[in-house]
This record gives sequence, structure tokens and C-alpha cells, in this order.
Amino acid sequence: MARLEFKAKLLEPDDMRRAITRIAHEILERNKGASNLAIVGIHTRGIPLAERIALKVSELEGVTIPSGKLDITLYRDDLSEVGLQPIVRQTEVPFDISSRRIVLVDDVFYTGRTARAGLDALIDLGRPTSIQLAVLIDRGHRELPIRADYVGKNIPTSKQEIVKVKLLETDGEDAVELYELRGEVKS
Amino acid sequence: MKDLLDFSKLDRAQLEGMLETAVVMAGVLERPVKKVPALQGFTVCTAFFENSTRTRLSFELAARRMSADVVTFTAANSSTAKGESLKDTIQTLEAMKIDAFIVRHGASGAAHQVSRWTNAKVVNAGDGRRAHPTQALLDAYTLKQKFGSLEGLEVAIIGDVRHSRVARSNAELLPKLGAKVRLCGPATLLPAELEADGVTVTTDIGEALTGAHAVMALRLQLERMSAGYLPSLEEYRETYQVNAQRMGKARPDAVVLHPGPMNRDLEIESVLADSGRSLVLQQVANGLPVRMAVLYHLLVGKN
Amino acid sequence: MKLRISNATDMHGKSRDVLIENGVIVSSLSAAPDLEIDGAGLLVTPALIDPHAHLRSPGQEEKESLETGLQAAVAGGYGSVVCMPNTAPVIDTPEVVRALLERASQLGLARLLPAAAVTQGQQGKLLSDAAALKAAGAVMLTDDGRTNEDAGLLRRALIYAAALGLVVSVHAEDAGLRGDGVMNEGLVSETLGLPGNPVVAEAARIARDLEIVAATSGRLHVQHLSSARGLELVRGAKAQGVRVTCEVGPHHLTLTDSALESFDAIYKVAPPLRLQSDCDALLQGILDGTIDCIGTDHAPHTAAEKERDLLEAPFGIANIELCFPLLYTRFVHTGKLELTRLVELMTAGPAQLLDLPHPSLEVGAVADVTLFDLSSERRVDPSAFKSKARFGSPWAGEALRGWAVATIVGGRVVYDARA
Repeated sequence: MARLEFKAKLLEPDDMRRAITRIAHEILERNKGASNLAIVGIHTRGIPLAERIALKVSELEGVTIPSGKLDITLYRDDLSEVGLQPIVRQTEVPFDISSRRIVLVDDVFYTGRTARAGLDALIDLGRPTSIQLAVLIDRGHRELPIRADYVGKNIPTSKQEIVKVKLLETDGEDAVELYELRGEVKS
Repeated sequence: MKDLLDFSKLDRAQLEGMLETAVVMAGVLERPVKKVPALQGFTVCTAFFENSTRTRLSFELAARRMSADVVTFTAANSSTAKGESLKDTIQTLEAMKIDAFIVRHGASGAAHQVSRWTNAKVVNAGDGRRAHPTQALLDAYTLKQKFGSLEGLEVAIIGDVRHSRVARSNAELLPKLGAKVRLCGPATLLPAELEADGVTVTTDIGEALTGAHAVMALRLQLERMSAGYLPSLEEYRETYQVNAQRMGKARPDAVVLHPGPMNRDLEIESVLADSGRSLVLQQVANGLPVRMAVLYHLLVGKN
Repeated sequence: MKLRISNATDMHGKSRDVLIENGVIVSSLSAAPDLEIDGAGLLVTPALIDPHAHLRSPGQEEKESLETGLQAAVAGGYGSVVCMPNTAPVIDTPEVVRALLERASQLGLARLLPAAAVTQGQQGKLLSDAAALKAAGAVMLTDDGRTNEDAGLLRRALIYAAALGLVVSVHAEDAGLRGDGVMNEGLVSETLGLPGNPVVAEAARIARDLEIVAATSGRLHVQHLSSARGLELVRGAKAQGVRVTCEVGPHHLTLTDSALESFDAIYKVAPPLRLQSDCDALLQGILDGTIDCIGTDHAPHTAAEKERDLLEAPFGIANIELCFPLLYTRFVHTGKLELTRLVELMTAGPAQLLDLPHPSLEVGAVADVTLFDLSSERRVDPSAFKSKARFGSPWAGEALRGWAVATIVGGRVVYDARA
């Protein structure tokens, strides 16, 4: 039987707050301000992260940056990730994304397949000026030619390791933890 | 889930899950690009042994909105007339690598038989008098849209209950979602055996409508007269038509449903069908996201 | 041909030898036997008689041929079989009767006892030539497969057949009450949404026919009783001296309408499978003597026909090969029924119905004899049926005891399971 073994705490709450602040600064710098900017998070933990980034950018610029929620389930290319009873959540992007600069937000950047699905899902909603990708953790092992524009922290990992992002909004605490899968591992 | 033949094997959580997915699918249909790649690479076959163009189109559109390939087989008993058994027909189609069959058939149980003879997924799109699960799901979805929840709803189903798969499927589904069903119609068309937990049976339409949140009129097939179930259309209209006057007994916010196609001014009063209380067109519109959700859950969910 | 069956056990539990020479049972053989059968541990009875089977000849050989039908019969322990006339063409002329008998005698399996149609073409309009049919070898008149809707015609048929000493057998269902029913009408049919055939369709028709036969000098046989109510009507009529007999089939004793929940057309039979209470009542009818005989109503169809939908698939079940083992295992082995009563229902009962000599193992009797193995179990394997209907069986996989080991007709071994 495979089991998860705790290895290390990668980010503390303060580290996470600082990473988000830095990403917000970089977004403003790269886009030369906040005009036509919108932040869209990918279900599940991309959503609170997107909201935090939007709030930080709004604070820094003194304007309200809209944020949205994207569910990429219907765009997945790997159906083995779907359980017994598929759960499809609402996509809520309550603004027209056409002619906007969209920052797509996810918690962990790994194979790139989720980001690919996110790009497809986003493009079906309209034609944004540009799409940029922000992630809290980049753990490597890309399977698609996609890179992130903003990274909270790069963490080299092995494929047997698992990165868990916990957020106050979804998990009751802010933390990023590293685990290792021991025992039988399905290839 | 291997098949959707009826609701006997589904619990409330699974049913609610499908209805929630249908809400997401409805969102997809509101977008500029009304299509998702969710079922790319899957092949869906509508196998209609009984004609029903609107149901077939609804299923085919649902499959295409999710990027599945769709092939259509309409027989209306022609191949069986040539001596080919249902089993042969299905296995011939399955040999073309079909992932899901959507089966419509005039005989009760046909979808169950198909399911026994194929490894593909099977959706029952109406079998005889037995079941029409996606119709009941879209009815439930429509009621949920209107009332927020089905918990505690009183739903009256009026008409030819005996021959109605819509009535049987709703009587099976709605109580699982917390609603109560009252089946009502002329005694010759109302089997008392359908009484069950959450399902009552009465020939008194006044009793059926009193305090109801929703009233569903069933289509009356005209051959019921010639088969001697009913004396005349006039008498049926007088005694069981769902009309504005009778709706006075229902709750003030009660709605009217009909599975279509309607015999206007027979089982349902035309002005009522076109009034603000009528959800008939919403039912048709809701068929699409509900069938998308069903196909998605069947094809993507694990067995 | 001289034959000795040694050390078999008869239905009374008595060990005995059965000696056969020139087609009859004898007290001693004139010379050493040509064949000896060790009957140790086996039941020996007169060969079974089936008063009701559909052998599908002539004209429906895709379902069953005379050869496969009679092979199935002898494998089931039957030495004589009444074949129903709903064939293509219908058995309603002496020529067809003679042709069938000639073919059966060439086959040399079970004795064929043709039933002839009451009405020409079973159309329910004109009486068939009953006297000529009887002269040709027909043993009863019946329009089985169809119902007799014209009461006046049935009355005249009973009167006419009475003069010839022929019994008229009826498939007792009122067509109007039956409607388009494909299964018993009740909770199960309403839940499944399948058109129901109510008990009253059988009961009302039996009541009518009992009144009619009581008013004639004729003899009525009610085929395949399925309901407690139908049985009760026959019981009442018998108590009043009405000349009526009745039969029941193995499926109506052992299966109920809930079997249709599988939506498998294998369970589609006419009359339909009813409720457990009906099965129980029919067993009671066997115990109290109301039921005169077991008729299999063996009704084979092709796999393709039974793989149609429930409305289109034809009525009928193939059961002649397992009828005795099924009833033995379910009722005798469990202590609900005496072996002697079961054997009586499958030998003496049908013989009496058909005016045949009393089946017996006594000296001088015709040597129609069957050996059964009551002690070992074998599972029902439809793929091994002699019948053409090998695609399935409601009892497939069920472990039964009482399978026929050898069937002897007219002193010839026509079936030998050990060969």
C-alpha cells in the first residue's frame, strides 16, 4: 500500500504573503499598470490565490481588479483523473474577457496539462489581448511547452513527491508542504 | 455508472450531482463558444427504434456540444421486420466501436435488453411505458430552477398514467429528490399498483391539484378512445383537462409542465400552456444541458 | 429383442427386474437377453406421456424438427408425446396426421400422438373433419395457440367430438380480457410498464367453457392452468360432476412474474407466469387431485426470436427435457409431493385423458419404460439440450436430480444417457 510521508514545510504563511505581494508587483510592472487587467483562478486553490492577487494589485494601484473562477474539468485531456462520480464546477467569469489582459492563476505548476486546459477554457469565453500564467509553486516536470510568467517559488521535486498547497479559504491554514509517496507507486 | 436505464440504482447524491453538472452545462450553452471538448474521441449512437425527432435531436446536440461524434440509427421496426433481432442490431452497431447507445424503443425493457447485449454505455431515451429517465431529470431540473429545491414539493401528474413512461420515471425520480407525486387520471388509465413511498394515486383531479406546486399534464394518445379506455375526447376534456380554472386549486405560484408534444385544448388548455405559469418551453431548453450532464457522467465517470 | 432390467427400484420403493420381449413386459425371457441394463440405484417407471408439446412440425423446423423434438422427449424420459396442431400448415387434415405419424415411426424415438385442430386452419370458423382425423390417428382436438372465441362453435365441437370419443382441449384465455398483455397483470407488470394479461382472462374463459361442457355430452380438457382462480373453478366443476380434466406445466409451478424483471423474453409464456400464491395453489391442486396431469407445453423458439423485444418475442419455453427432474427436485425431493403422485401425473393421468391403456410395469403391458437416476445431481445446461432451443433456460445452472438414464419404447432402447 502506498502512503504519504511528510517531508518538509516549504512555505510558511508569511512566505506565502510575500510571494503573492511580489507576484502582484511583477504583474503591474510587466503590464505597465492595471488597465484592462483581470485575474482568473483555476478551481480549486487557484481561486483564492487569484482573489488574493487581485486584492493586492487593487491595493497597490487603487483600482478594483475583477477576478473570476474557471473550472477546467470539461477541458481535461486525462480522464483517469475523474472519479466515480464526476464533479464539474461552475465557471464564473462575470466580465467580458475580450480585449483584456488575463492573468490565469493556479497553485501548483507541474506537467502543464491543467494550464493547457485552462488556456482552452479561457479562449472559449472570448478573445483576450493576452493571457499570462501565475503559479504559487513551480515543481518542474513539464510535459507541454508552457512556462509560467510569475512564480511564487521554484521547488525542484521528484515525481514520487507530492506538493500540497493549503489555503485559509479552503483548508483552514496557509502552508505549502512536501510529501513523498512510499511503497507501491502506479506508473 | 454503466447505464441510465431508470433510477432504481441511483441514490440522491448521484442524482443531485447530475443536476449540478447540468447547471454547469447550461452555463456552457450561454457562452459565445457553446461547445466543450469534454467528450472528444467518444462516439455516441442514437438507436431509435421508435420515432421521436425532438428527443433524438436533443440528445445529438447534447453529444455534439461536448465534441462527441454522433451516428444515428433509426429503425422504427424496419430491421426487426426484416427478421433481425434487437440483439443482432445492437451488436452490429457495437462492432463500429460505439461508446454509448441512446436507445428509444416502443417496448418496455428494450434498453435493459440492449444493456445486457453490449459493453457500451446505454442511455434509455424512452422504452415503451417503462421509463424515460432524461425527461424526468429535465423535469426535476426545471422544477429546481423554479423552486430552488424539490424538497417538499407536491407534483401532480394528470392523464394517461397507465401508458406513460414519463409518469413512471417521474414517480421514481421526484420522491428520491424529496418531492411528493400525485398520479391522477381516469380509472382505466390509472394503475393503483403505482402507489408507493412518496407516490399517491387518485382519480379525483380536484384532490390531485389542491395545494400542488406543479402540475404536469400527460399527452393523451388518441388511440385510447378506439381501444376502449375512454368514451370520448369531450368527456376527457371535461373531467381531466389541466386548465386555468382547475389551476385555481393549486398553489398561487404553481407551475404547469408538459412533456410534449401537446394536444392543445385536450389534455392541456392552450391559453394555460402559453401563460406565465407554463414552463413547457423551459423544459425543452433544459433537455439539452440535462442530457449533456447525463452523457458526461456516463462516459467520463467510472463504472 | 429381449431385454432385462435388473435390480431397479419402482416408485413404491420395491426392487424389481423388468423383462421385455417382443415389445411387451413378460414374466420370463424365452432365451438369454440381447441387452441387460443394470438398474441398481435407478427408479423404473412406465415411460412418461406428455399431453401437450409443440414439436413445430410441419413447417416450423427452424424452431424444432420432429427429430430434435422427439429426441428431446426421450431424453426427458417421455415415451409418448402429444404434438399440438398450431403448425404450418395446421394439423387439420388426415394427410398431415398420417405424414407426421409415418415420419415419427421412421425416427423410432417416442410415440407421436398428434392433436388435430378443432377448426380448419385454427381459424375458429369451420369444424375440421374430426372423424377422418381420428381415423388417421389424431388423439385429441384443440385449437391451442389460439383461443376459442366463438362459444357456439366450441359447444358444437364438444357435441361432435363426444360422438367420436375425442376430448376437446382448450387454451382458456379470453382474447378481449387478455388484450395485448405479455405478462401477468399486477404489481410487477405495472412497475415494469409491460402490458398485463389479468387472471380474469383465464378465469372468465374457464368459467364459460365449464358451463358449455356441462351442457353437452362432451369432454373438456383445460390446458396449462396458471392461476389459483382458474384451478378453483375447475375444482368446483369437478365436484359437480362436470366432465373436465386439467393440466399444469412445470413453469407455472416453479416460476413467477417477477422473473420478467430481467426483461428476458425467455420468461414470456402464454398463459403468463403468475404469483407465488398461484404456484402454491397449483401444487395444492396436484395434491388434492384436481389436476389430472402434467403437460410440459414445451414450446421452443429460435434464439433470434427470443432476442427480440418483449412485445415482439413469441410466447413459449423449452422444457420437455427437464420437466421430470425439475418437478422431482423441487417437490418430491423436498418432501412436498409423493413420488407416486408425480409419476401418476406424468403417466396414468395423461393416459386416461387420451384413452390410452393404463401405463404399467406389469406383465402384459406395452414395454414403454423409463429409468431415472434420483441420487445424483446434474446442472441444467441448455447448450446440451437435444431440443433446438439451446440458447437458454430459466433453470440454467440449477442442480437437479431425477434425470432420465434410459428410455425404452415398445421394447427398444430409444435413449441411453450412458451410451
